[in-house]
Amino acid sequence: MATVGRALLIVAFAVALYGISASLYGAFAGGRAWVDSGRRAVYALAGVLTLTFAILELAFLRSDFSFNVVATHSSTTTPTFYKATAAWSSQEGSLLLWVWLLSIWSSLALRVTRRRVREVAPVATAVLLTFASFFLMLTLFFASPFETLASVPQEGTGLNPLLRHPAMMFHPPMLYSGYTLFSIPFAFAIGALVTRRLNAEWIVSTRRFALAAWLCLGVGIVLGARWSYTELGWGGYWAWDPVENASLLPWLTGTAFIHSLMIQERRGMLKVWNASLVLATGTLAILGTFLVRSGILDSIHAFGASTLGIPFLILIGAMVLGSVGLVVWRRADLASEHRLDSLFSREAVFLLQNVILVALAFVVWWGTFFPLISEAVTGTRASVGPPWFDKYTVPLAFVLVALSGVGPLVPWRRLTLASVRRGFVLPGVAAVVTVLALLAVPGAWAEPKAAVFAGVVAFVLTSVGQELWRGMRARQASAREPAPVALAGVVRRNRRRYGGYIVHAGFAVLLLGVAISSSFQHAQDVSLRPGQSARVDGFDVKYVRATSRAEAEKISLGAVLDVSKDGRHVATLRTTRGFYPSQDITQGIVGRFFGGESESEVGLRAGLGRDIWTVINPNIAPLAPIIDRGNRTFRRAMVGIMSGPVRDRERAVMQLYTLRDAAVTAVARRFVTSPWPADFRFIVSPLATWIWIGAIVTFLGGLLALWPAPAAARRRVSAGYAARVARELARTTQ
Amino acid sequence: MNPSRKRRIRLVVALTAALLAASALIYTSFSAGSDEQTAGQLLAGAVAGKTYTLAGTVKDGSVRRANGVLWFSVRDPHRPVAVRVRYTGLVPDPFREGRGVMVKVQRRGDLFVGEKDTMVTKCPSKFQVAPPRAGSNV
Repeated sequence: MATVGRALLIVAFAVALYGISASLYGAFAGGRAWVDSGRRAVYALAGVLTLTFAILELAFLRSDFSFNVVATHSSTTTPTFYKATAAWSSQEGSLLLWVWLLSIWSSLALRVTRRRVREVAPVATAVLLTFASFFLMLTLFFASPFETLASVPQEGTGLNPLLRHPAMMFHPPMLYSGYTLFSIPFAFAIGALVTRRLNAEWIVSTRRFALAAWLCLGVGIVLGARWSYTELGWGGYWAWDPVENASLLPWLTGTAFIHSLMIQERRGMLKVWNASLVLATGTLAILGTFLVRSGILDSIHAFGASTLGIPFLILIGAMVLGSVGLVVWRRADLASEHRLDSLFSREAVFLLQNVILVALAFVVWWGTFFPLISEAVTGTRASVGPPWFDKYTVPLAFVLVALSGVGPLVPWRRLTLASVRRGFVLPGVAAVVTVLALLAVPGAWAEPKAAVFAGVVAFVLTSVGQELWRGMRARQASAREPAPVALAGVVRRNRRRYGGYIVHAGFAVLLLGVAISSSFQHAQDVSLRPGQSARVDGFDVKYVRATSRAEAEKISLGAVLDVSKDGRHVATLRTTRGFYPSQDITQGIVGRFFGGESESEVGLRAGLGRDIWTVINPNIAPLAPIIDRGNRTFRRAMVGIMSGPVRDRERAVMQLYTLRDAAVTAVARRFVTSPWPADFRFIVSPLATWIWIGAIVTFLGGLLALWPAPAAARRRVSAGYAARVARELARTTQ
Repeated sequence: MNPSRKRRIRLVVALTAALLAASALIYTSFSAGSDEQTAGQLLAGAVAGKTYTLAGTVKDGSVRRANGVLWFSVRDPHRPVAVRVRYTGLVPDPFREGRGVMVKVQRRGDLFVGEKDTMVTKCPSKFQVAPPRAGSNV
């Protein structure tokens, strides 16, 4: 199996190299047949890599420990669901996933655009296949997923328990889909710059892929945040960890790009800016993978030791230099067709929003790389923490949300007093009323910024609602349809526009959840015995009983807690800490079951008003004497068996294992029968659930914007677009 | 003023503003950034009452919990020395012997007392494990 996998990787590498040659030869000398052959090489690559990935997945599902990655990232006791996902928890598997997804999305993009952007597509194909070749080279020569072990272990190490969470099943594929999908507009931008086909055609052809990339990356980021909230036992969802930041960087510049491309489509402006943004986003997508996979963030020195660091650095260097060179070289072809008519126009709002998004990306980039920069400049490694990030990102996010409400209300070209009266009065009133109402709530003055932010969110929601209402009324008047039908009709025919508005509303709600839950969060650590209670932010929390459960996969020690307020039952929370067996035999026959990795299962009562969150940290030190006794007893028994007759050995060992399992269960049971105080962390977070609701609304809005428009509307847009391309062509041929 | 000159002035103003903002950001990061100290550096030069960011690896066999207090040692990555830390507060799940950790501490004699809720660990997706030994299934 491993040999077949390796062979397929070599075939894939050869196909990619052939595809690059065929596409470039076809583009500059050979004609359509070579171009088509290059495109088909991408389809073939997708087929070969699908087979390759299937072999790796099969090895995980069959627990084939002859594969090094399977032995180090899975085990027979790992549930099947997580065996399937363990492939991308490893460096090698994640690189293969990257190139596989790239081949799938590239095939789709080239299939969709095969009758358009004919001059640009061959160069784009070569660029996409260059990325594929790079990652295939890594999997062949630096981090092979098909490396085998000379001596096959009977059991694997198992998947890191902290990664055993449903969100982790989808988080990496979504992030990687985002990264690889952003490679598509990047590749087409390079193609457009090389071939001087710099009209809006390449943008229109790849717009949907940029939006899909943005959506996938956003979903991946939110899944990671959800995992952090419900799995990592610290109660937060964002910590400005470099791995999180790596995915946020291309998402921020990608958000800027999917807004500013509208200005190029409509008015032929910001061509340099758009080309720069899409090239930066593609580069940041590779940088994201580089950050996570190269080890550079551990230290400059660790980077030197990493096998992947140098190849990634060469690729990123080539991307940056090539991008800057191409934009400078083609600057004359990238001149804007129009100037900004007014600073009070939708174009200006988009431009300001773009500047803020790029500023946010710079802040995040600088903070992420600061430890390396400081180490290089001063010789001492220094880091900036969440307060530094918050100091810059909070005000920028504040303005960004406000602009997401202002944008839909401002017309293209110029804002007039009449349009101010028409658009801003209602949202403005809603914002002011919200701020005043919130400041009247006791305790709200402690965080006036949160109240003002809620006012801004009210402005956004009202402006979006107002736009939907007006669209619906106009349709009702013209088509004489009932309100729900008219609303559905207007949204259906303008999916991109209204999908975008829904994204704005969802994002504002998401950030409202972040602002309120972080401003008014109450966290408390308490130590309780069963039967004891504690008061947490006005809630009475009673430790009802301890729980224990021994399974082959893990031992769970936990608690059942009763939460009440003013004598009224609010929720029953169950939290456990899972202890996974260690492979370290020096911990003893019994002790190794308590000495491996451990992870928290959060007790969560999510509500629209507030989340009540808890984790238990059961101190297992009181079990140490009994574990030591068990270790000694079983070691003596094992020595006795090994010195006895060989013929009885296997049966005796099996009997000993049965006794050992019973002993481990009994040891764990002590947590229930002779309970001692356990440590708990309680967090009460107001409006935290709205973070996830906002994320779902954003996702649905993005999906709506991505969905193809009905045929009639598409024809109208195509006609307008064709006229625009004709105008641009006429200008370039003059 | 002719439009081209006006545009150039606007561009210069915008670039100057961007440069000033970036300079402020860079300046504050250097002044607000806390130097990461190794165990060896703290043992050699830490003064009582001052807060330091200790970075290193949790020493094997050093973790102990008692009465809601976590005791552990952080070893220097370059020298065979370690400092003992007494810590209360939030302990992220990835915290474990042999793993990288960062915590704000103050010196009290030979002991270093961790500031509550300041412990930071690496994202779990960054952990790589050593391959298991053949036949290790006891």
